Amino acid sequence: MSTVATDDHHDDHQESPYSIKRWVFTTNHKDIGTLYLWFSFIMFLIGGVMALIIRTELFEPGMQFVDPQFFNSMTTMHAIIMVFGVVMPAFTGLANWLIPMMIGATDMALPRMNNWSFWILPFAFAMMMSTLFMDGGGPAGGWTLYPPLILQTGDAFPFVILAIHFMGLSSIMGAINVIATVLNMRAPGMTLMKMPLFVWTWLITAYLLIAVMPVLAGGVTMLLTDKYFLTSFFNAAGGGDPVLFQHIFWFFGHPEVYILILPSFGVISSIIPTFARKPLFGYASMVYATGSIAFLSFIVWAHHMFTVGMPLAGELFFMFATMLIAVPTGVKVFNWVATMWRGAMTFETPMLFALGFIIMFTIGGFSGLMLALAPVDFQYHDTYFVVAHFHYVLVPGSVFAIIAAVYYWLPKWCGNMYNEGLGKLHFWLSTIFVNLTFFPMHFVGLAGMPRRIPDYALQFSDYNMMATVGAFGFGFAQLIFLYVVIQAIRSGNKATSQVWENAEGLEWTLASPAPYHSFTTPPVVK
Amino acid sequence: MAHAENSYYIPHGSHWPIVGSIGVCTLMVGFANFLNNVSWGSPTMLVGLAIVLFMVFGWFGTVIRENQKDMYNMQVDMSFRWGMFWFIFSEVMFFAVFFGSLFYARQYSIPWLSGEGDGISTNAFLWEGYEGTWPTDANGPANIGGDYQHIPAWGLPALNTALLLTSGVTLTWAHHALKANHRLQLIIGLFLTIALGVIFMFVQGYEYIHAYRDLGLTLGSGIFGATFFMLTGFHGFHVTLGAIMLIVILFRCMAGHFTPERHFGFEAVAWYWHFVDVVWLGLFIFVYMI
Repeated sequence: MSTVATDDHHDDHQESPYSIKRWVFTTNHKDIGTLYLWFSFIMFLIGGVMALIIRTELFEPGMQFVDPQFFNSMTTMHAIIMVFGVVMPAFTGLANWLIPMMIGATDMALPRMNNWSFWILPFAFAMMMSTLFMDGGGPAGGWTLYPPLILQTGDAFPFVILAIHFMGLSSIMGAINVIATVLNMRAPGMTLMKMPLFVWTWLITAYLLIAVMPVLAGGVTMLLTDKYFLTSFFNAAGGGDPVLFQHIFWFFGHPEVYILILPSFGVISSIIPTFARKPLFGYASMVYATGSIAFLSFIVWAHHMFTVGMPLAGELFFMFATMLIAVPTGVKVFNWVATMWRGAMTFETPMLFALGFIIMFTIGGFSGLMLALAPVDFQYHDTYFVVAHFHYVLVPGSVFAIIAAVYYWLPKWCGNMYNEGLGKLHFWLSTIFVNLTFFPMHFVGLAGMPRRIPDYALQFSDYNMMATVGAFGFGFAQLIFLYVVIQAIRSGNKATSQVWENAEGLEWTLASPAPYHSFTTPPVVK
Repeated sequence: MAHAENSYYIPHGSHWPIVGSIGVCTLMVGFANFLNNVSWGSPTMLVGLAIVLFMVFGWFGTVIRENQKDMYNMQVDMSFRWGMFWFIFSEVMFFAVFFGSLFYARQYSIPWLSGEGDGISTNAFLWEGYEGTWPTDANGPANIGGDYQHIPAWGLPALNTALLLTSGVTLTWAHHALKANHRLQLIIGLFLTIALGVIFMFVQGYEYIHAYRDLGLTLGSGIFGATFFMLTGFHGFHVTLGAIMLIVILFRCMAGHFTPERHFGFEAVAWYWHFVDVVWLGLFIFVYMI
């Protein structure tokens, strides 16, 4: 890599990858992207182990391994880690690596702040996870932090709240950096409507992040003052309302779930055209669909709380607004399918994960549509059906897209190809086991098995056993991924600059591995 | 796309972010322990705060020095502009939550607790006889925090409104002076802005003492006290930050840092100050007047 960096007119030298100083002080978008991605993977394993503890306890009915309090703190921590520690950092890592290369920039717009966005995360998560060892245990009220339950947390409480503030700070700074980069660092000729969709989806994601992370910060601040400073925001006796917290949380939470999926749409929109050997169908409609999804995400939040006793008008409004989201999402899915229509398709690992994404994300979308119906949601609310729904959009959705992105761009990052056979094995094992884990949850959910309870009625046993077997299979399949990535970095076959036969975009005009500073002289975009 | 003759400045590593992380983390761990009544909580907070301040001085100092060495081209300037703009947007959203809570309390939770609409059975079975009215009886059916009086809009709050609005004018005057290269007017304008901001903070502090001591209005006065003090408190905190930023800019102006063409440091703080000003207008209307 260092040979490429020498023709750089900045007189900096790229330090050895084994120097700790390089990684701690770095202001380079690629270094920071790498840090984000590895951090995300480590957290994925930690959050995954928590999921396996949950599944182990649920393998059969009755209380076997953990006490209910610990079980509940596992569901809470698993969620917080997977949302804030895995999917969001992975996307920010991809953004760091890819956006400057895709728009023809040298680096991110605000490199020092970029470093801080990352280096907050290890501290924030250390704080968060340390609460498991405190008096009263970790937070056990669910990641949604509903009062008054969450206010019963022991010593962990202020640590959790402040850790969330800290993570929010990181997200906001990361998002500001993305927006400043996209708006200000594009190469001449790279107009907005020429940007790759990954850049577009991230631009809109960053906007959502800046709009809603402060809302979460405000909400959790009120929790803190309610517990320690005598305020009554969520206390009916003082004129407040616990439901107010749910409104605040989901005003953040619904855009947040799109923050977790929109960059995936960008990834899939990059991968499908490459392996279908056709340009993306309906580029402009993809951009507008992303914008519409972002807009709608602000007016659907109360579909998470149909059962709190809202006025009928509220139920109806949020039901119809939610169902509207199916329109832009459908536009996207049909565009991907139309892109593949009569394409000269090949099925390398990134393509397999992308195809898996389209099919399984759509399953999750459909169960979402079912949940959007207020009358039937009274049946589904807080059951495993909800768990099945959001895991379908997050695991074979977001996580598959992240994995697809890693396989797709890894040769550009490290200069070497990964092992295709093992990649395909990873795909098939992941796909089989992810369905074995989450598909049965639809059935137990519809039959009435509640979420977040460590024990269950006998009739749910078979499906829960399947889910547990699937979860362990999925977990161990990810170790193949780790092996494939490390093997590619250390000893893979050399990749060409183009890497993929039909890949389009500025990043493929750079050498593989990409030079330390992406475009020191801006490329000309036709 | 601005392409100045010199290229976009990319720093080669920085130790300030990690110092900031350690500082903020220490501050937070200290604060959390303080809330848990652990004895070493508050000293740890102070250490954390000191590290954060050290980072702020070091980081901004580095940026100011680089700026004075003319290392930033117009494109870097534009990145700072976008950064500041979106930072202020995030602050707007932060205040929006507290305004939203205020509206929710007034539109929904207090009327429902008083038996309106869907709240009829809640009122009948749980809080019989409670008739919440804003602002006098809005500390909930349990009368949390005891009886209180609210602060009328047309006393000190109106004075404060005048102070902040005037400070916006003096700041704009200073800006015009900077653009016209009238250094003396610039410094007088900035000084007046800071003075008005500081007077505002004193008036606000006096109002708080009055509320606590004479009116029985505290942070614990139910939803009224909570929204009142959290909104005005966070605003006051932002005024304080803005005033500190203005003082830094004043010193930089006296050191001759800005040119009539390039002075984004000044403008960024001016944007922030106007934002704080607008938030106050929202507060004056929705917290004090209506």
